[in-house]
Amino acid sequence: MNLPSRKQLSPMRDFIVSRGVSGAVSLLLVTFLVFVGTALLPGDTASALLGQNATPEALAALRRDLGLDQPLLLRYLGWFAHAVRGDFGTSLASGRAVSEVLLPRLGNSLLLASVAAVFLLPVAVGGGIAAAIWQDSWFDRLLGFTSMLFLAMPAFLVGYILIYVFAVRMGWFPSMSVAPFFGGAAAWINILALPVISLVIIGQAHTMKLTRTAILAVLATDYVLMAEVKGISRRRIILRHALPNALSAILSISILTVAYLIVDVVVIEMVFSYPGLGKLMVDSVSYRDLTVVQACGLLFALIFIGMNFLADFLALLVNPRQREPARGA
Amino acid sequence: MRRFGFLLSVAAFAALILAALFAPVIAPFLPNEPVHAPYATPGEGGLLGADSLGRDMFSRILFGLRYTLGISLTVSVLASFTGVSLAFLAAFRRGWTDILLGRLVDAIMSVPQIIFALVVLAVAGVSLVTLIMTMAVLESTLFYRVMRPVAADIVAMDYVEVARLRGEGLGWYLRREILPNAAPTLIAEFGIRISYAVLFISGLSFLGVGVQPPAADLGGLVRENALAISVGQLSPLAPAACIALITLSVNGIVDWFIHKYSIRAELG
Amino acid sequence: MENTVLSIEGLCINARAPILQDISLQVRRGEIFGVIGESGAGKSTLAMAMVGLLRAGCHRVAGKVTLAGQSLFDLSQLQLEQVRRRKVSYVAQSAAAAFNPFYRLGDQVTELAALELGTPLAERRKMAEGLFRELQLPNPETFGMRYPHQVSGGQLQRAMIAMALINDPDLIIFDEPTTALDVTTQLEVMRLIRKIVTARGCGAVYISHDLAVVAQLADRLMVLRHGKVVETGATRDLMESPAQDYTRALVAAKTTTSPPVHAETSVPIIALRDFAAGYGGVSTVRDINLDLSAGHITCLVGESGSGKTTLARAIAGLVDVHGGTATFHGKPLAPRIESRPREARRRLQYIHQLPDLALNPRQKVREAIGRPLAFFGGVTGAAAEERLRMLMRDVELPEDLLDRSPGSLSGGQKQRICIARALAADPEVLICDEVTSALDPLVEESVIQLLLRLMQTRPLTLLFITHNLGLTRRFAHEVAVMQAGRIVEFAPAAQIFAAPQQAYTRTLLEATPMMARGWMEARL
Repeated sequence: MNLPSRKQLSPMRDFIVSRGVSGAVSLLLVTFLVFVGTALLPGDTASALLGQNATPEALAALRRDLGLDQPLLLRYLGWFAHAVRGDFGTSLASGRAVSEVLLPRLGNSLLLASVAAVFLLPVAVGGGIAAAIWQDSWFDRLLGFTSMLFLAMPAFLVGYILIYVFAVRMGWFPSMSVAPFFGGAAAWINILALPVISLVIIGQAHTMKLTRTAILAVLATDYVLMAEVKGISRRRIILRHALPNALSAILSISILTVAYLIVDVVVIEMVFSYPGLGKLMVDSVSYRDLTVVQACGLLFALIFIGMNFLADFLALLVNPRQREPARGA
Repeated sequence: MRRFGFLLSVAAFAALILAALFAPVIAPFLPNEPVHAPYATPGEGGLLGADSLGRDMFSRILFGLRYTLGISLTVSVLASFTGVSLAFLAAFRRGWTDILLGRLVDAIMSVPQIIFALVVLAVAGVSLVTLIMTMAVLESTLFYRVMRPVAADIVAMDYVEVARLRGEGLGWYLRREILPNAAPTLIAEFGIRISYAVLFISGLSFLGVGVQPPAADLGGLVRENALAISVGQLSPLAPAACIALITLSVNGIVDWFIHKYSIRAELG
Repeated sequence: MENTVLSIEGLCINARAPILQDISLQVRRGEIFGVIGESGAGKSTLAMAMVGLLRAGCHRVAGKVTLAGQSLFDLSQLQLEQVRRRKVSYVAQSAAAAFNPFYRLGDQVTELAALELGTPLAERRKMAEGLFRELQLPNPETFGMRYPHQVSGGQLQRAMIAMALINDPDLIIFDEPTTALDVTTQLEVMRLIRKIVTARGCGAVYISHDLAVVAQLADRLMVLRHGKVVETGATRDLMESPAQDYTRALVAAKTTTSPPVHAETSVPIIALRDFAAGYGGVSTVRDINLDLSAGHITCLVGESGSGKTTLARAIAGLVDVHGGTATFHGKPLAPRIESRPREARRRLQYIHQLPDLALNPRQKVREAIGRPLAFFGGVTGAAAEERLRMLMRDVELPEDLLDRSPGSLSGGQKQRICIARALAADPEVLICDEVTSALDPLVEESVIQLLLRLMQTRPLTLLFITHNLGLTRRFAHEVAVMQAGRIVEFAPAAQIFAAPQQAYTRTLLEATPMMARGWMEARL
């Protein structure tokens, strides 16, 4: 076999470099926007801390203490330099280090999201593929109808319906994730079940629809028609001719699904009072604990941007057009 | 089938709009007054029962509908105007305008909308103005992202080149060449974004950073009544179902429109 | 008949409206059966029906397709697939789209050998190599290792023919296999097809819209129009004594070989000297010296990528000019359209290749033609209405089309609207960029006749860009042949056709299909 030479690898490296740089620029811009936004908008950390009725003298003193009287750019650079080392400052509400507050919550959220992803991806991607293969069948129509329904529903509606049916009426699961976080696997399953089911129901509609569209696009190509004309069996056409070409799309869709999942997690955590990063962020917004909000925002952005990068990278990895240079020897 | 769904959607959406417009006339009670016993059940106190303070749920939903629809429509109008103008400009000017706008939009979009909104609203404080402005800026990026390639495709058409060869001005390009051809996609996208804005504002209010008490939009009503569900009351489901009804009816109309004009579905 | 590979009897296929009506034909071993028709004639539906395939939304109303003794529409899906694998092959128009981008060419070409015979990989490599060699592909040993996007269009088309040969079929269907190719590549592929059919003795169906190509390849010919058979017969008979008016018109459009135009000398209206232009700093065209003589038709001819369109667009002010001078009536012509005065923009009009893209679908015809009237001449109101009607008469269209949208017009009508729009500016020079190449042959002929008539009634100078050298013979005063961004030969038409000075001009002339008997045989 011909091993890829150094030269042939270059499109890949170009991609990593260019996307890496653009991702970093995005992240930098985002942190700057968030930071400058927080500085420019009416109200700042000091007034947030002291409330509406603070005297101007007290505000000025606190601003000096927090370094808020220094130039904006200097403050941004200082914050940024600390942030890259994982130091997001001190929580204004609890006085503890932000990273210390953040980490356990992040773990809980990642657990919730990853368990949901494990169920969501096979269901949604498999459903989308099946709907495309049996286009216009009763199965396809049914999926079309349910995804239309679920796309229209706010996430909390799904959560509350599940609570009403399975927690209040049936009493199978707790309606809130208030049980202490120990007690082995059974306790975990008990706590995670409803939030996970909610996330799967909310997330599947979009993913299924995108997967179906991607497969249908491939099934409509000339090369699939060509395979049919050659007398290739339907089964082989789908498995060998269509799916590999849809692979990059399916990979992107899957990863973006996970990225969106992390967003749905915020609402679902509030519905179930699940002690994750999303709930922490929302609670901190109501206390106006800006350092924690900033750090949570940055973390969410980082995960989101990372996921998008991964999606593009994997899509490229399985596409020969990108992998192989345009003209060989 | 699609036509039936469309007619049903139009009827439902029209009914919702009318209900919001004439809320003060239709509502049997004032939304913020305790008129029933706390947690009164439907029938016992009003059409849909009462909340923990004894306020009439049906009246509160009617007034909540005003907030939800009013905010969503305002946001969509502001966002479409900004996003589409910038998209057309970028597609037409290209060069630095295009690159800078593209970068800015990418950066804003690289953070999930709800996270972005939480950060901004945490700092700016929640008021109707900050809420609508924040949502409009975030939504405008989606208009931009959908409409820029559409506009760029149109700009690449030979008939735009014919106008260029003639020496037409910017106004002619935007109004006579680009806008008419982008209109079907724009209208479809506007519908999609309204239904998204409804979910967005409902989500924010549900999280407590939307419409502030004692006023409440539909999402806020769900938040207010959330605890009732654990004691077996269905009251938070009514406003939530109302949200779903809005998005379903808007989606039904958009779906028919997209099918009719066979627009490439570009989901945001 | 023992010899018959494919026989179709009374085939009718409907979608919403009838697509094919009562089609009957027979293809024998060792012969090439040509099918010719304009767009919308039902050629592709017929090609698909030959392998027992109906596109979504189509259904068979009546008739029978018998391939290698089996009635295709009576077979089960599994039997049908087996017939397709063993008895028939299909060569599609766009090889680039018909190859799966995910797999190497060798694997795709030999897929059927692996499926049907279980041929091991090493042996399949040998088979592929042999076929690639037979089809004169470069480096046949390693060609199969490449992916579709790594080889050129002409090579891909030949690889597709190789794929068609792998199962040693009884019948090969060629569906416009050379339409996307340059004339020189087209000639090579035509040669290969003729050789293969002769050598292997299989039957072949060759579908095309280009009568000259089919006439040279096919032994027998069927003329298809609006889903019906116009006539069928031996190619020579049809060409020399067509029975139907439609066939006669088709043949006439191709065979009217009036001698090249002799041009009296004239003053140049546009002159280019050492002109260079291109995109993004790269000069796609260089060292251009060209005079457009007033009242003449100058044809700019070349294969794809020769730079002919770039040059035309540079003259129109749409491409960066990198050097040299361009003058209009002896005065310098500003390089960018934006820096040309309104009067200069008016006097030089450009007509695009694809009328579909050149007309704003949201503007009525009245608005499209009316705008230059108002913009350049300030003509509005009743005067404009009068001019609009005159222009419609000039381009031989009924006046009531003025209130129609472009979407409801045919390709030929749309191109006439584009011509009317250019004339509305009352120009001196018309740049026509492949204005007829997207049109059906008869429509192409009528548009060219229209341009010629227009030139008789007004002082127009034409720069006509085309890839089809044969087309220019009847109306060009001067011909400029382009290759790789340069003009290799620029001379009066009579000289180009009678005594071409450059080897490349001769190659192009040689490769342009002609109707004359024996043309193909002389090139085998």
